[in-house]
This record gives sequence, C-alpha cells and structure tokens, in this order.
Amino acid sequence: MTASSSTDVPILKISDLSVALPYGLDRAYAVEGISLSVRPREIACVVGESGSGKSVTASVVMGLLPNALRLAGGSIKLEGEEIGGAPEARMNALRGNRMAMIFQEPLTALNPVMRLGDQIAEVLALHRKEMGKTAVRKRVLELMEDVRLPSPETIYGRYPHQISGGQRQRVMIAMALAMEPALIIADEPTTALDVTTQAQILQLFRELLVKHDSAILMITHDFGVVADVADHVTVMQHGRVVESGKPDQVLGNPQHAYTRELIAAVPRLRYLPDLEPAMPMLEVKDLHLTYRQAGWIRKSQAVHALAGVSFSLAPRQTLGIVGESGSGKSTLAKAVLGFETPSSGQILFCKQDLFSLSQTALAGTRHRIQMIFQDPYSSLNPRRRIGQSLVEGPMRHGKSSAEARRRAVELLELVGLHPSSMDRFPHEFSGGQRQRLCIARALALEPDVIVADEAVSALDVTVQAQVLELFKSLQSELGFAMLFITHDLRVASNICNRIAVMSRGKIVEMGEAREIFENPQNAYTRELLAALPGSELR
Amino acid sequence: MLRLIILRTASAVPVMLIVAVIVFLLLRLSPGDPATIMAGDAATPAEIQGLRVSMGLDQPLPLQFLAWIAGVVQGDLGQSILSRMPVSDLIADRLGPTLMLALCAIVVTVLVAVPLGALAAWRHNTWVDWVVMTLSVLGFSIPAFVVGYLLMLFFSISAGLLPVQGYVSPLVDPAAAMRHLILPSLTLALVLMALIARVTRSSLLEVLGQDFVRTAKAKGNPAFRMLWRHALPNAAVPIITVIGLGIALLISGVVVTESVFNIPGIGRLTIDAILARDYPVVQGLMLFFAFIYVGVNLLIDITYIIVDPRIRY
Repeated sequence: MTASSSTDVPILKISDLSVALPYGLDRAYAVEGISLSVRPREIACVVGESGSGKSVTASVVMGLLPNALRLAGGSIKLEGEEIGGAPEARMNALRGNRMAMIFQEPLTALNPVMRLGDQIAEVLALHRKEMGKTAVRKRVLELMEDVRLPSPETIYGRYPHQISGGQRQRVMIAMALAMEPALIIADEPTTALDVTTQAQILQLFRELLVKHDSAILMITHDFGVVADVADHVTVMQHGRVVESGKPDQVLGNPQHAYTRELIAAVPRLRYLPDLEPAMPMLEVKDLHLTYRQAGWIRKSQAVHALAGVSFSLAPRQTLGIVGESGSGKSTLAKAVLGFETPSSGQILFCKQDLFSLSQTALAGTRHRIQMIFQDPYSSLNPRRRIGQSLVEGPMRHGKSSAEARRRAVELLELVGLHPSSMDRFPHEFSGGQRQRLCIARALALEPDVIVADEAVSALDVTVQAQVLELFKSLQSELGFAMLFITHDLRVASNICNRIAVMSRGKIVEMGEAREIFENPQNAYTRELLAALPGSELR
Repeated sequence: MLRLIILRTASAVPVMLIVAVIVFLLLRLSPGDPATIMAGDAATPAEIQGLRVSMGLDQPLPLQFLAWIAGVVQGDLGQSILSRMPVSDLIADRLGPTLMLALCAIVVTVLVAVPLGALAAWRHNTWVDWVVMTLSVLGFSIPAFVVGYLLMLFFSISAGLLPVQGYVSPLVDPAAAMRHLILPSLTLALVLMALIARVTRSSLLEVLGQDFVRTAKAKGNPAFRMLWRHALPNAAVPIITVIGLGIALLISGVVVTESVFNIPGIGRLTIDAILARDYPVVQGLMLFFAFIYVGVNLLIDITYIIVDPRIRY
C-alpha cells in the first residue's frame, strides 16, 4: 500500500522509546531508543527472536507492561496524542476503542467462562454506553459476520473451548474491530494457527484495513508472514532496532548482519533423499482409533481420530507426518508411544505386535521408543536437576548409577551442552538448550525410534535451524529412526526423507519428500502448499 | 444439565446409606447399655432385661438395623430416652436458631472474606496484602471459644453495646434477633473468613497472571470491573469448594459457639444428648449432620457446573 497525501499523519508514532528492566538483569533496558511509525492502511511488522523486545514494544503502546517493567523515556503518539505515561483512566478510554490488541494464543486470551458473544459485546458496553441491548447484539452478530465466523447466532452463545483455534482467533479479531480502532496491535496473531487458517486470517486483515482505514502493528517471528503482508519492516535485536525499511529492501538486500542471519535461518524447502529400502524398524498397519463422546441429549458421537493409517519406518529414516490441527497426527504419536490404545490395527516394532505383548514384555520394549515434545519448558521436571532426569531412565532399565552418569555426560556433550549442566535445574537454560536437554533425555535410553511431536515449533528460527542440524547429526551417528510430526512444511522438508500428509485421520499422500513438495498428487496437499506464507522465500 | 444433576443426586444415596450403617454400628458397639441408663440406678436386672426386649435390643444386629432404617426413611428417628419426645421433633425445634446462626455466619464470611482476599490479590505485595494476610493468620489461630468470650467482654460487658448471651427468634423481634446474632456469627465466621480470604487471594493471584485478564485490560476494562467480571468468575471454583468445606466446619463450630452464647440450637442439643447418653438423639443428630454435609457437597458440585461451563462429570 503506498502512502497517499491523506495518510501522512501516522496513526502511531514511537520515538526514542526506552523501557527499563528491573535492576540486576543481564541488560538494563528491555527496549532502548526505538523509533517507528505506522500509517493508515499500513501493516508494519516488527520482527525479532524471543528476548528482542518486540512484545514489550506492543505492551508498552497498549499500556500493558508487566509491573516489573517501567517506561524510561521517549514518546508514544496515538493519532497525535501523547499516550506514554497517560493516566490509567485515559488509557482505559483508548484501549479497545482507538487501539486494540490481538494476542498470540486465542485459547488462553479469551475468558473461558464467558460466552463468546458477551466477550465481544463487552467492548461495546465499555465504550459505547448509550447503545441498547438489541443494538449491541445486532452489532456483535455483524462483526462475527465480518470476520467470517460460521453461524454467528450459534457461536454467540458458545464458550471458547467449544470452537476451533481459527474460530477463536476470529472472535479475538471481531473483538478488536468492535469499535473500529485506528490501530490494531497483533502479537504473533497467526503463530498458533494452521497454515490454511493463517492464510485466511492474513487475507482478512488486509480487507479490514482498507474497510476501516486503520493500521496494524504486527509482531512476528515469521519471515514468510512478513514477506506476504508487511508494508514496512522493523528488525529488532536485544531491544534495539537494527534495521528497518520496505520489505523488498530488508528481505531482498539486508544490510545488518543480524537480519542476514535471521533470513538465512528461515527454513527453505530443501530435500533429503529417500533411503534404500531396508528392513522396517516400526510398522503401522491399518490403525484405527475412535473416540466415543457421550452426549446427554444426543446419541453418543464417534470421532475417528485415526481411520486406517499404515506406514513403515526403517532405521536411520525420518518420516515426516504433516497436517493441520485435528488431522490426527498427535493421536498417531500417542498410539505409537502406547499412550492410546487403538480400536483396531497393528503396531509392529521389530516384527512384534506391541498390543499382543504382555505387560512385562511391553515394559521391556517401550523404552526403545522415545519421545520429544513441543514445549521444552513444561516437559522437564522443574524441581529435578538435569543429571537426575538423565540417569533416571537408564537406571530403571538396569544400568548402574556410575555407568548412567558417565553416559549422561557423554550425551550432554553430544547435544552441545557443558557437562556441568548435570547439576543445574531446567529454569537455568534457554528454550533451545532445554530442547537439547529433552533430546539428550530421550537418547539416554538408547532408543531405536524417536517420536518428535512438534519438537522445534516453539523455538526461534536460528535455534530451530541448530536443533534440526543436531537431529540430523545424531541420527547419522546413532542410527535411530524418527517419526517427525510437524505442522510446518518447511521444517519437514529440511529433515524428512519421506513425508506423509494427514487429513481427518487418514494419510492422504505419502512419498519421498521432494516428490510431495514438487509434484503433489492430492488436492489437500496442494492446498497446504499454496497456503505456505512467503513464496519469495522458497 | 438436568441429567447431570439427577445423576449426581442419585450418587448421594449410597453415600447416605453407608453413613447410616456406620452411625448405627458406632452406637451399638460402643460401651454403655442404653437400657441400663434408661431403667435408672434402682432397677433390677429383670427390669433392665424387660426394657431391652421392649426396645428390640435383644434382636440380632442386622434385624435391629432394618427396623431402624425403615423408621428413618419414614422420618422416624426414634424417641429420646431423656425427654420421651420423638427425635425428629427435637431436631426440628432446635433447627431454627442454628440455621439462623449458620446463615448469618456464612453470609458475613462471604461478604467480608471474598472482597478482602480480592483486595489482597489485587494489591499483591503491598501493605494492604500484608495486613490482610496477617489478620488471616490471627483469625486462623485463635480458637472459637476464646474469640467468643473476648468479643463478649469488649462489646457486651465493657461497652454494653450488645446482649451477652441468649437468642431471640427473628419472627418475634427482628431487631433484637439481629443484635443477639452479631457476636455469635462473628465468632463462628472468623476462622472461615481467614480461610476463605486466603483461598480467594491465592486463586485470584493465579488467575490474574493469565492471558485473558490481559485481554480484558486491553479492551479498556477498569480495574474493578476486570476483577469482578473476568478474574473472580474464573477463580470461583476453589473459592466455592472452600465455602462448601466451610459449611461443614460451621456444623462443628456451632456446637462450641452455641454453648458460649447459650443459644438453644442443634449444637446445644448435641452436647446435652452426648452428656446424657441419649443414644437415639445422638444417632439422629449424626445422621442429620451427615445429611446436611452430603447435601452441601451436592449443591457445590451443581454450582461448579453452573459457574464453569468446561466442567462435566
């Protein structure tokens, strides 16, 4: 969008803004001396990794800084009005009215015990008190229509847990749009969504921008999104702006070393060759899993989480399972790990059917299939030292304490951490380091198969690239097979030999990675690939 | 929802039955023979035996139980040994004062403790928080009979503002009834207030850190409205749980408080019956308390379903 004469006054102008961190941290300021402006009908993106200060920038504009942080200097002007340090009453009048915010995780960002319609209506009740009840209801339904929520009348009376993630984000957006604010701040608005939903939401932003003459300040870590929607890009590192400009300049000809590093770390579609056919380590045959939901008015409903899934996995092979949320990929992981019992079908591990084994035989086999989860923060026991977490499994399976400790130290070195990590607690590590610890923990049991469920999805791009490299080198060294579950097609293309595309509990297409990406046969696969943001970055 | 409530209610029946068995056995198996007591000091063994037969105490235990439970279901809890009155009438007579007292106590508790706890959470780590928490430790640590006598000493004896003891029915004189109820209710409520203020504070603190509270703020909600409309409903489940537990605590609390303030309620009846070894009355009261307890729990469970749409049993 080019700026016309009427759009010369920026909606948001931040100049020389600094936010102080509490005394005694590794740096004095969360953001230091940043300046940026957002004009009408413009989407300005702020890009950076965790800790870059991008979310703090969003919070400070909204006046939502955590108590420990403090505005230390600079100015924030909303439509020409200085709002840095404005009194709480004035901020309450502006928030939700002239500026609104959309948060990353729509499930936790909505009040779980309040009806969705009422949550949208509340914005009107706060800022347009003269509106009558019927008028409010009418406007809410209209807003739901605007963000293309299906059957608004029904959704009005629903609670957040009863609708899908994409729908929740639409409710958030409807809430933000209720007063047609001048500025919408969107903090990672599509990160928690599937690619196809993400594409729809970004499209929606574009349309709404033009319709309401507003502006969007979007915080993101995803260069694909930036390439697709940004009119202006600001790159932040350690609380400072390192580069800013038009997206073609910043992405096409980055000046700062950090920007170049970030762009280089964005996973491109890159393919690994398939392996020579070998004896499969793990075979899944016609797996079905049906959840029964007991209804108290209607008859019980059956949800077919897995509807006939078959594949095989050879040593040293990585099979990527891709698909949107609800496609059954995590259920598949749970079934392979033995956390869910399938309704029918077989899981053969080294030619043995896992479900025909006795409890004791199963206990002896199970540790040979290990898992790595998405969230490295919650998957390590916060009250145990790393060493304890690493030796517990091997000792349970008959290793002596000394042997287990020796192996744990080796593993830490293997995943690139210092042996002194043994005596530290999980909170002392960064997200990337914790994921390395989780990998070490999984490897401690010398597994033949590793199931990685969205193992790099929570990590920053540069860290993500490092962890993917680590997976590859460990696999060639140790020879385990891997089931790699992800919603991110770029990541999948980087690490998988073969890829299976799942939709509604079925594998709709499976083949060598390059084949799937370059010559997709199935309509759903093509749809997924088309929704991938940032075609420039392929 | 209706189905859930019916199911939940039905599940209370076996619980009550088990309670009935325990109550029955407890008294039959404890030392002391009711027939001996009833017959008096001068009775001959033959007279005692006669009484025993007439009370059905010579029958085998299962038969005694069946006879007893059949009566209970029809509302017949037996006859008091002491006063020769039906136990159900005794309880019904004494129910009014106790219910008034318990009701006042719980209302006072909720009205005082929830706002105090909310205030402490909202002003977390400031002097307001510290004052509320210190008061709550005090309220927790002082036994009810000490509080009762202290309150009486200050407000009734020294200041002469309130009556010392006794009970007036609100049907007779509402103003006097209230004046008589203030001190006992406070005494009874103090421990509960401390407990509920604490739970409200910690439950709210957890909720205040959640994303949707930030969303509420981003919509332009003023602090009070945010607390009231968004944070409290989400913090409600633990608070309701403790209020439920509190009602159970009240039941044991009334026994002490009614003695201190000389209120003719169920608590006094319980003490008198125990001291006089009036078995049928004790039995009836135990069953009655259990019934209240199970009923309160049932009510709490149903409230959960109403306040949190995510809860499904």
